[in-house]
Amino acid sequence: MLSKLVPVPSGSMIPDRDIDKRPILECISLGITFGGLKAVEDFNLTIGRTEIAGLIGPNGAGKTTVFNLLTKVYQPTKGTILLDGTDTHGMDTMKVNRAGIARTFQNIRLFQDLSVEENVKVGMDTQMRYNMWSGIFRLPGYWKEEKVAHERALELLSLFGMEDLADVKAGSLPYGAQRRLEIVRALATNPSLLLLDEPAAGMNPSETAELMENIRKIRDTFQIAVLLIEHDMNLVMNICEGICVLNFGRVIAKGSPEDIQKNPKVIEAYLGKQKEA
Amino acid sequence: MKKMRIKQHTRTNFLTYLGVVAAFIIMNALSANGSLSRSLTGQLVPICCYMSMAVSLNLTVGILGELSLGHAGFMSVGAFSGIVAAMSLQSLIPAAPLRLAVAMLVGAAAAALAGLVVGSPVLRLRGDYLAIVTLAFGEIIKDLVNCLLVGVDASGLHVAFNLTGSKTVEDLGMQPDGIAIIKGAQGATSTTTIATFTAGFILVMVTLFVVLNLKYSRAGRAIMALRDNAIAAESVGVNITKYKMMAFVTSAALAGAAGALYGLNFSSLQATKFNFNTSILILVFVVLGGLGNLWGSLVAAAVLTVLPELLRAFSDYRMLVYAIVLILVMLATNNPTIKTFLNWKSNGKEAA
Repeated sequence: MLSKLVPVPSGSMIPDRDIDKRPILECISLGITFGGLKAVEDFNLTIGRTEIAGLIGPNGAGKTTVFNLLTKVYQPTKGTILLDGTDTHGMDTMKVNRAGIARTFQNIRLFQDLSVEENVKVGMDTQMRYNMWSGIFRLPGYWKEEKVAHERALELLSLFGMEDLADVKAGSLPYGAQRRLEIVRALATNPSLLLLDEPAAGMNPSETAELMENIRKIRDTFQIAVLLIEHDMNLVMNICEGICVLNFGRVIAKGSPEDIQKNPKVIEAYLGKQKEA
Repeated sequence: MKKMRIKQHTRTNFLTYLGVVAAFIIMNALSANGSLSRSLTGQLVPICCYMSMAVSLNLTVGILGELSLGHAGFMSVGAFSGIVAAMSLQSLIPAAPLRLAVAMLVGAAAAALAGLVVGSPVLRLRGDYLAIVTLAFGEIIKDLVNCLLVGVDASGLHVAFNLTGSKTVEDLGMQPDGIAIIKGAQGATSTTTIATFTAGFILVMVTLFVVLNLKYSRAGRAIMALRDNAIAAESVGVNITKYKMMAFVTSAALAGAAGALYGLNFSSLQATKFNFNTSILILVFVVLGGLGNLWGSLVAAAVLTVLPELLRAFSDYRMLVYAIVLILVMLATNNPTIKTFLNWKSNGKEAA
């Protein structure tokens, strides 16, 4: 029972899922239409098991919609999502999370009235096994698993140096700490793919630099893939190994940061067409 | 810091239990030496029932964050099934306390079943559907009991539905020694009253124990998380429907147990007792005591049940004084200063 609570893996440990090198996520001609509007169309993307990938594009390009498709907040009207080779068709948000996708939100969605530690523990709920009766009557299962959960929550919080804030109400944290807590809560679900929706929004340059370090640290410690949406080009170009550019719901470019920076289509999407003299 | 927070939770919970125990001892002593008025002595068991109802409704409204307008319906289910259980087991279980306990368990089980039936379609939806459906449920239960005929004789239970208005107790076809337990619109009459103040005290303690321990466990965390942000809770794999059902059915079961005790406190009880006004009254206890604040519910339930009796001396000004006391209770239980004082240890950290 207790083994369901997976401890935080150390950097030297390679999880079983990484032994073969198939991609963790494959999107095949994914699309969704709202009424007549094609919000995302023919979206193809492959992400490696321990890759940090970026999804960029101008406002309204459909980046968050892609996240909502991956996590089944919206059901795609077209295409296939393979997570670790398994079709996620018919899964809902809860099941997709259990299958290994965890996310953060562009507009922070924490459990405001719970403490920081409780927020992280909610993320571990699917890995806990004691039932309602053990909880009400405080049976041994409750004490054992709560102890493990408490230790693991503090360990995860210590990644961001937040263990001292464990008892503070999540709603009263400063903005940057709330963003970090969302990441920790997502990590607590033991994902194999972490989706970060504008993790650096509203952060100052030094906080952003620290965030870059932390994203790399997360990837190295947990050996998981990270897909992030971000407008801060400095962050994207520095830490992403592969970048996908969306415009009007379509992929206009894919490649390494160097390729993307030189790509005329990308420059056009961001800066507009150069007038011919 | 962790230890301090545990202490703070535990301290509030401990004080709540302690307050209930102290109130029980004081009331017991007062009624033993005869310094309680007759009307107040008669109110002791109903007060315990209302306290338990308020705490259980707080689980749905305060902790789960869903509005329920038919809590009295679950009380009604518990009351009448409890009365039937107690009356039909009279010869089988002669010991009254044991029979009362069995009747309360039967009432809790019946109400839990009703909660399951009401909750399973509605709690899958997002929005205020639960309020509408529970409102209807309360009315339906009232009408169902109004046309229900139940009797017991040596061969077992006899049940009939008086849907056309033409059936009477005779239609149950009981042997001459049979007794009618529920007689349609007359309700349950000539019930043997076996409810005691001690049983009421135990009910309140058990209700508090269940709700507090549920709140501070894995399930309570998930329930409060989905109240705060359902989309985020789903995104971390929390099974929203399961936890909503868990909270709602537990709340209904506790209301059923309270209903059984309430029903067995009166020799005659009509279904109209558990109408919409009663549901709203219990909701008022919860809102006045503070959403999610269990000791607040206890205080509000006790004060607002006793108050109308105590205010008889004011005759014409009774409702005026009642309103003033309502405001005072609201101030006392929802006052930010008092809340800050009670939580100063955990809040001190935030302020820093």
